[in-house]
Formats: sequence, C-alpha cells, structure tokens
Amino acid sequence: MLSVVFWFVAAASATGPATPALSPTNIFAPASTPAKSIFGLSLFVIAVTASIFVVVFSLVAYCVVKFRKRANDDGREPPQVYGSNQVELAWTVIPVLIVVALFMATVRVIADVQKASRPDGAIEVVAIGHQFWWEYRYPGLKVVTANELHVPVSDPSHPTPTFIQLLSADTDHSFWIPRLAGKTDLIPNHPNSIWIDPQQTGLYLGQCAQYCGTQHAKMLLRVYVQSREDFDRWIEEQRQPGAVGDAATQGQRIFETTACINCHTIAGTVANGRFGPDLTHLMSRDTIAAGAALNTAKNLRIWIQNPNAIKPGSLMPAMELNDAEVDALTAYLETLR
Amino acid sequence: MATDSIAWPRSEGLSRPFVDQLHEWVTTVDHKRLGILYVVYALIFLVVGGIEATIIRIQLIRPHNDFVSPQVFNRMFTMHGTTMIFFVVMPLVFGFANYLVPLMIGARDMAFPRLNAFSFWLTAFGGLLLYFSLVGANGLYGAGNAPDVGWFAYAPLTSRTFSVGHSTDFWTLALLVSGFGSIGTAINIMTTILCMRCPGMSLGKMPLLAWLNLVMAGLVILAVSPLTAAQVMLVIDRYLGGHFFDTQAGGSAVIWMHFFWVFGHPEVYVLVIPAFAFISEIVPVFSRKAMFGYPIMVAATVAIGFVSMSVWAHHMFTVGMSANANTFFVFSTMAIAVPTGIKIFNWLATMWGGKILFKTPMLFAIAFLFQFLIAGLTGIMLGSAPFNWQLSNSYFVVAHFHYVIVGAILFAIFGAFYYWFPKVSGKMYSETLGRWHFWVFLIGFHLTFDFMHVPGLLGMPRRIYTYEPGRGWDTWNLIVTIGVFFQAAGVLVFVYNLLWSYFRGDAAGSDPWDAWTLEWSTSSPPPAYNFSTIPTVRSRRPLWDLKHPEDPDWKYE
Repeated sequence: MLSVVFWFVAAASATGPATPALSPTNIFAPASTPAKSIFGLSLFVIAVTASIFVVVFSLVAYCVVKFRKRANDDGREPPQVYGSNQVELAWTVIPVLIVVALFMATVRVIADVQKASRPDGAIEVVAIGHQFWWEYRYPGLKVVTANELHVPVSDPSHPTPTFIQLLSADTDHSFWIPRLAGKTDLIPNHPNSIWIDPQQTGLYLGQCAQYCGTQHAKMLLRVYVQSREDFDRWIEEQRQPGAVGDAATQGQRIFETTACINCHTIAGTVANGRFGPDLTHLMSRDTIAAGAALNTAKNLRIWIQNPNAIKPGSLMPAMELNDAEVDALTAYLETLR
Repeated sequence: MATDSIAWPRSEGLSRPFVDQLHEWVTTVDHKRLGILYVVYALIFLVVGGIEATIIRIQLIRPHNDFVSPQVFNRMFTMHGTTMIFFVVMPLVFGFANYLVPLMIGARDMAFPRLNAFSFWLTAFGGLLLYFSLVGANGLYGAGNAPDVGWFAYAPLTSRTFSVGHSTDFWTLALLVSGFGSIGTAINIMTTILCMRCPGMSLGKMPLLAWLNLVMAGLVILAVSPLTAAQVMLVIDRYLGGHFFDTQAGGSAVIWMHFFWVFGHPEVYVLVIPAFAFISEIVPVFSRKAMFGYPIMVAATVAIGFVSMSVWAHHMFTVGMSANANTFFVFSTMAIAVPTGIKIFNWLATMWGGKILFKTPMLFAIAFLFQFLIAGLTGIMLGSAPFNWQLSNSYFVVAHFHYVIVGAILFAIFGAFYYWFPKVSGKMYSETLGRWHFWVFLIGFHLTFDFMHVPGLLGMPRRIYTYEPGRGWDTWNLIVTIGVFFQAAGVLVFVYNLLWSYFRGDAAGSDPWDAWTLEWSTSSPPPAYNFSTIPTVRSRRPLWDLKHPEDPDWKYE
C-alpha cells in the first residue's frame, strides 16, 4: 500500500529536529518552546497511531489472505458466528485506554502553551492582519512596521519571549510560523494572542493560514530573530523620524499629492494613512508586498506602476503615473531608510 | 417479469414517446425512480466537481504557475467543496437510502411519496441555483461570477463589504433551498423506517443499513437546521441591516464558525454513516457470514450519532478558545474514536473465518477498511489540539478529509454501485471493467492523497492559488496532481461500465449474490409495488432462513 509512504516521510522529517532539512517551514524542525512542545506531543501521537495502524493493517491483511475463498472450495457456507460479548468488551476497553493516554498527553501540552506565564523581559507586539499584509506595532517601544517582524533571540536561562497580540482590521487571517509555534487566527472583534521564544537567530518563514480573500496566497510571514544587540539597534533605527533632507523633492511632492497618503504613513510628513503599510523605514525591509517580491528598485517600480503584476487582486490601486513620475517616486521611496 | 411494468422504462419498450417517458420521470413519486434521479443527478455533479478539482491541481502542479488567476482559483475551490458535499455525496446518500430502505424493510414505498419528490426537486434546483451564479452573480457591480468565499464561508468575508455582487447570495440560497430538501428527505426516511416495517421486523431485526440510515436521518435534521438558520441570518445581514456576523458593528465572526461547524461536523457523519451501512451489507455477503456483533454495531452507530453532535469545535482549535474549551473538544473528539474502532473490528471479525469472494464490491469494501483506518488515525492526530495548531488549515487537513470523503465514503459508494447495480438495472455489470475501475482509481487515490499529507507537514496552507519555490513543496504537489489523472480515468471506466452494462449486460436475475436481505427476494428491477405480498420476517436475514430451513437465524438471535 502506497499509504505507508506517508508514515515514512513523517518519521524521516522527525529524525532531524534541529535542521529544517526538508523545508524552511517544516513543523518537525521546531526552534521555539511552543513548537517544541507540540513536536514532542506529535511524536507521541504519531507513535501511538502508527502502532495501531501496523496492528490493524496486519490483522485485516492477514484476514483477507487467509480467509479468501479457495479454488477447491466445497461450496458450503462457513460456520455462522453472530458475535461475542467478551471479544467486544476487549476491543472496547483497549481503545478506551489508548484514548485516555492520548488525552492526558494532549491536555498537558495545551496547558503548557496556553497558560504560560509572562516573564518581565517579554517583548510585546501587536500584529494586525490586513487584506493582504501584516502590520506590527511595538507599543512599549513606539515602533510601527509592516510584514517583517523582528524579535530578539531568547536565551533559555534568561528567557525573553515575545508575546504577540493578534488583531484583524478586516477579515479572518491566521498567524503561522511552523518552526516557532502553531497557528492562531486573527479575527476581527476577537483578540487572540500567542507567544514565541526562538532560541536560534535567523529568518523564519510562514504565511497566512486562514483564507482571507483574493491574495491570501501572497500574505507571507517573515520573522527575523536577532541577537539582543542587533534587535536593540534595529529598534533604535526604527524609532528615528523619517528621512529628512530636501522635503520638496519631486518624488515626495508626487507622494503627498496623490492618493498614496490616504493609505500610507511616512512619519514626519503629511502622509498618515492607516490602510496600507507604514513606509517610514521602507528601505530597511528586504521585501515588499508582504513578502511577495524582493525590495529592489526594479520591483518597487513595477509595484507602483501596476500592483497586479506582482499580486493580482491586491488592494493597492495602480496610480496611472507616467514614467518620469514613477522614477521620481521610486527615488523618493529609496530615501526612506 | 412482464408485469414489472412501471419501475423501469426499458421494460415498457423504447417505442413510447420520449416526452411521455420524461413526463413520467419528472412527475414520479416512486421511491425507486426518485432514488435513481438523485444518483444520476449526483453523478453529473461528480463530473463537474471533478473538473473543478482538476483545474485546482493543474494550477498547483508547480510554484508560481499561472494556469488560472487567483480569482478563478478561489471560485474553483469554493465551488468544488460546495458541489461535492451538498450536490454529490449528499444526493448519493439520499438516493441510495430512497431506493434501498423501503425494499430492505419490506415496504412498498416511502412514508410520504410526494414529500419525497418535492425534496428531490428542491435539492436539484438548489444545485442549479449554485451554478446559475456563473450567469447571475455579477449583479450590477461587474463582480465575481461564482462564490469565492470558501465552502465554509467564514464571516466577515461574506459581508457585503468584502463580497460585492451576488455570488455569496447564490451560495447562500443554494444551500438554503437544498437544505429544506435534505430535511424533508430525512423526515421521510425516519418515518419510513419507524412506521413502515413489514410484519415481524422489530427494530432489532432490521438490516443494519436501515439502522444506520435512521441515525443518518436524525443527524440531518439536527445538523442542517442550524446551517439553514445561519444562512437566513447571513441574508438578514446582507440585505436587511442585520449585524449577526458584521464585526464592524459589534457582530461576531466566531458565531458563524460555531453555526457552521455545528452543522459541519455532524455532516461528516451524515455522509460516512451510510458508507458504514453499505460496508455492513457488502462485507457479510461476500464473506458468507452473518454480521458479527449486530447489537454492538447498532449501539456504536447511535453512540457516534450522539457524540458527533458535541465535537464541532475541533474545527476551531486555532480560533483562540480557552484552554478548558480546547480540552473538552479534545476529549469528545477522541472519545468518538472508540465506537468507530469497534466498527472496524466488527467488520474484521465478520470476515474472519469466512470465505471471502473478491468481487468488485468487496474490493472496494476492503480498500474502504484500510483507508478509513488511516483517515481515522490522522483524525486522532488532528484531534490532539496542540498538534492541530500546526496541522489545521494545512494540506494535511485537506489530505485527511479527502481520505474520509474519497478513500472511505466514495469507495463505499462505488462498492454499493456495483453491489446493487444488478438489482436496480436487472443487468450484471462487467467484472473486468469493475476491476479496472478499482485498480486505476486506487492508484490515483493513493498518489494524490497519500502524498498530499506531506506538504501540509512542511507548512503548506490550503486555499493558496500559488506558492513560493524553495519551500520543499514542489515535488509533492507534482505527484499529487499526477494522481488526479488516474482518478479521472478510473471514473471514466466506471461511467462506461454503467452505460455498457445497462445496454449490453447479461440479465442478473433477482439474487445474483446469494444474499440475505429482502431486496433480493423481489425481481430485478423490482416492480413498482416492490412486493406482490408484503413479506413476513423472523430474523435479520430472512433469505438465509428461506435458503437454510434446517439452520435458520431466528433460532440464534
């Protein structure tokens, strides 16, 4: 049976928990306590279900081979057996015991993850899901950014977990970084929260996991886990006011006199829209369009001219600018460091 | 058999005007004809839903594919899910119940023949309404031309803010209309089973199929009603200024989820319990043994029916319920594994010590056992809430429920088609083609749905129209898509077999399987009145008693 293949893959992924050998979003390569707790539980559940599978599969296979009608059959009906209470009792009690074991193991992990206490050094983040991008606000640190979440690495001896409050500005979304934690939905009018304490620096990927509209597929998640120094430096940069200098460049004038400002904020200018990502420090980000494209001058230009070329169905309208205007606007955006 | 004139148009001769025959089918209140109408209607939609699935899979064959636009992709998965659940599997289940229940309990028709016809036509027009959205949904907005909110249509995506035009209205009304049809049929099935059994057939002597359909009908009434209520609330929100699910005015998106899944989870059992029923008829006959542990099977089914009403929120482990609520739903979800396991063991014990005959229906039944086992075990993984936080809404879930709906339910239905085809048509199907259908479809099924688990474990969410390269998902998706073409080929063989056998097959006789339940005691196809004299039974296997007067069942039950 080909179905056995699936079990091998589950087992193969499970052998290398520290390295995301098969995929950067492998749930069997946890790097944060909630994901590790789930991983431990999942190995137990897989072991139990795999054992049941082997036993029952063997019984059915044996039965089918052993009791097939033979070529030399005498044509008489086999003995009729109507049931047996002892046998029924046995295969009721054994599953009950298995279920109780699975239930107890599960309840432990639910409590570990959902009832974790919040240490003093915890970082607070508010994540707000939008069609089709992520807004991140650090209320204590007075930082607002979009699509790329930065958190400090958490040393198990001095944990600095990040607690993320999950809100939605429009439809349902779901926050899922498989290597850091299970997913939790962002639902309007229904605040949720999760926590992560990544123990290795690096970039962790994920994406929206609750269907939220046309561009659900390109609502990608990027979490940058940084050393404490790098994180503090990043926070310091993000708290700086926006790019200063000659305020009246042509690009800035175009930005401030078109619909751009209805949706985007650039701190220190008249632009204070909230529907789209904050662009104050746009150039500090690696990607644009919620991770759908790299943040290069060429991609910025394509994005401004026709967002549908990168994300068809994106809510950002094409601004119908001419080439010179797009050049000026792109040049202005490239100053937002 | 010349007197069996009304049940089947062929026996009346093909010379009668087509319009007359059509008129008879459209106005019929005969349970057998309505059963056939349900099934034919469902098969047409099976092909439509299959084409939608194929479009989905071609789009996902490689990363950044642009076979269809995101808008079209989103409509495809919405229509695929809605079609397959409401207009394929439910009509198939109702069709078989309609055809078989009166015959198996020795009745001449359903309790309410005209309600029966009314229910069928409601369901039929519900399906047409859904597909009429392709024409009518644009409204004055030039908006999308088919529903694109997903088959469980979470609020507030369905509000007029996020869903302009009429596509969501067509989805809502289609389910509302067909929902009334489902409730009508369920009332009919329950009444028939409770009131129309032949003399001697106490509840404890009914064939298991009747028992299981009784539980199914009860679940339909309990499950479809909240869905219907929710659809009415959604219409009120969209057109009468209601705020049930309008989160911007203080409404609750989570309430919709509860309404939907309090329908949605029992619905799974509405579909799978009739599949259990088919297996419980096929396995004994092809093992040549009585069903092992009949009273326990009945008890397990009733238990599943009750417990299935209290597990719905395991679809909602990721919406941020309290730890206590999560714990409760973990418990109820895992508890349902026990009666389900009992069923598998009883089928196994029925085969044990028998003389198993590998005809096509039995091949499908054996595949059902293996696949339902796997579906149940992945279900336990999903029932463990923390594991679910990783697996929910990933391709692992998609693979899991297709294992249930295709691997278990559809396989059982295919088995049922071959098992009862001789009874319904009077012709024997082609065993060779049946085996081809089985093996080709089996290979396709496993290529698609075994490998579909893997991208889910590797972090691939469902309902994405495309994905990034470098995530380790590419190869798995390629294999999954290849499997689809095997499945399509299998279904073509199946349809060809049905048509070929109907026109060219050998006469089947009234009892080709040497079976034991009452439908095999009348002619194939049965006359309009089913039985010239209403039978009297003394045991669960009345035909066994007739065939083995020296060793009848009623001595042991």
